[in-house]
Amino acid sequence: MAEIFKSVVCPICGCLCDDLEATVENNEIVKMKNGCAVCEAKMVHGYKSDERILEPYIRKDGKLVPVSMDEAICKAAQILTDAKYPLLFGWTSSVSETQHVGVELAEELGGALDNCCSVCHGPSVMAIQEIGIPTATLGQIRHRADLIVYWACDPWSSHPRHVERYTAFTDGRFEKSEFKEYVQKLKAKASQKKVDAAIRRTQVRYQPSQPPKAAIVEAPPQSLAKAGRKMIVFDVRKTMTAEVADYFVQVEPNTDYEIFGALRCLVNDQELDIDKVGGVPVEYLKEIVDAMVNADFGAIFFGLGLTQSVGRFRNIEIAIAMTRDLNRKTKFVIAPMRGHFNVTGANTVFAWQTGYPFALDFSQGYPQYNPGEFTANDLLRRGDNDATLVISADPGAHFPKSSIQNMMKHPLITINPDWNAISRLGDVVFPTQWCGIEQAGTAYRMDSIPVTLKKIVEAPKGILADEEIVRRILEKVRDIKAQKNEKDIQGQQQILERKM
Amino acid sequence: MVEQKLRVTLITGRTIDQGVAKELGKGSQEYFDNVAVCFLDSSDIKRLGLKNGMNVQVTSPYGSIVVKAKKYPYGTLSGMVFMPCGLWANAICSDATDSIGMPTFRGFTVEVEPAPDKPVLTLDELLKQEFGK
Repeated sequence: MAEIFKSVVCPICGCLCDDLEATVENNEIVKMKNGCAVCEAKMVHGYKSDERILEPYIRKDGKLVPVSMDEAICKAAQILTDAKYPLLFGWTSSVSETQHVGVELAEELGGALDNCCSVCHGPSVMAIQEIGIPTATLGQIRHRADLIVYWACDPWSSHPRHVERYTAFTDGRFEKSEFKEYVQKLKAKASQKKVDAAIRRTQVRYQPSQPPKAAIVEAPPQSLAKAGRKMIVFDVRKTMTAEVADYFVQVEPNTDYEIFGALRCLVNDQELDIDKVGGVPVEYLKEIVDAMVNADFGAIFFGLGLTQSVGRFRNIEIAIAMTRDLNRKTKFVIAPMRGHFNVTGANTVFAWQTGYPFALDFSQGYPQYNPGEFTANDLLRRGDNDATLVISADPGAHFPKSSIQNMMKHPLITINPDWNAISRLGDVVFPTQWCGIEQAGTAYRMDSIPVTLKKIVEAPKGILADEEIVRRILEKVRDIKAQKNEKDIQGQQQILERKM
Repeated sequence: MVEQKLRVTLITGRTIDQGVAKELGKGSQEYFDNVAVCFLDSSDIKRLGLKNGMNVQVTSPYGSIVVKAKKYPYGTLSGMVFMPCGLWANAICSDATDSIGMPTFRGFTVEVEPAPDKPVLTLDELLKQEFGK
């Protein structure tokens, strides 16, 4: 008998689409409605694939051997207690309830605590701490934004429903969807391609093929001045998002800071005495600024192209400064495109628990914050930590090789639902439930709105929620520490007795 | 004229195929097919005398990796190559963070050369080679 769950929240990216419909038969999801391709891959196929971890493992003589949950928890707690400075990393594909227990564990261990934010929007968080951020919820943007700028991000790939649910292709209360116009443009392009192909085929006998042209930024189209929603994409490469935009500006790699600087000058009505910035003619930048200033409500979304290229958090800082300048002339907001579904939650939970969003250290008994010192890659690079716990993340596939090589020098505990790269490298490997599929909880959308994830199927027998695993490790750590303290006290008493 | 090597800027990032494949499983054939690749501009593919799907070696100051060459599907990619986020791209990235925690994942120069005789390592082979597990 099929059961249909409505308003299911997608536990994959920061969009947290909450309009999904899951059909469940015999405790298995068999169909998803309204989801994107990535959602379909995870919710219908991936979560129950052969890659699933079904029991805990401990590495013995180089091989992973299945063990009981109690044995794995004892081993993990022993490794963490024996370590002088363990690193607890990940947390962003977990629910906030787990993140909360994670902070407690890090504090108890006196270790370092970091989340995936440090390799995605950590620089954005730092820039926001420097300068603040004029932002808005996705709901406000959906209803009001008439100019959308995607900078150094490709939502079509990383947040596939962002354009459809929150920006250009959604019907808001005050702004309408541009989807029909896009389809018309697409049809016109297809016709043009047919004409071009016909001309090429007739000419090919007489003309040798021309070498491909280098990327040239095209002039802004007239549609930038139209009423209704408009979309501009800035990126170093053309993407599918760029294909659907009104205007695509292909910038040279590592020149974002200069372009923002030029745009700020133009927003503030200053003249530039150069012709091009980052490969973009200043004349075109002027037209872009005109479109920005003439917008009623503009929204800039930026991605990892800014945080990971030269300039890092300074790129974000100047982007926010430009948004602040634009707000003297019209209404403009800016927001990061957060990746993992609860990376915003990790920042939020860590911040309300400790005062700081990531890059935390508890070695002094109180929380300290210093990106560049307590961030996972810096700790690994310097070889500071002597044990690692990775939960709901895959640094094995997303950290530079040298960081993982350093991580491998010490024991590694992993808590993940599937055999991703880091689970394959673990010394103690825990299976866990899929958050948002087998485990309910809270996650924060990319605009910091908390959303409740649903449980729609039962987890395989014996597989615990990650919150429970972390809590049980924490209890065991406290037990071991209490026993150790007791032994120390007894030892001291014996020494005293002998002296007397 | 066919060239031996190409000096270009490496850009890494997400693709929809990588996103779908990672959810199907890191050990899946889909993940290998869509992540162990390097996208080149069609003109660069011609310059190196390659064909779509042939093996290339991408070398940076931080490492070297063999992946499949693919034609970049959207517009021109002049002076750049693009690799999807994942184990293969990270084998040639640097852990230098400029003291703010973010490693150097993109925007540095790499050399790309044809490697018809070298195999593309699978996830498990790569883990064994790089990390010994």
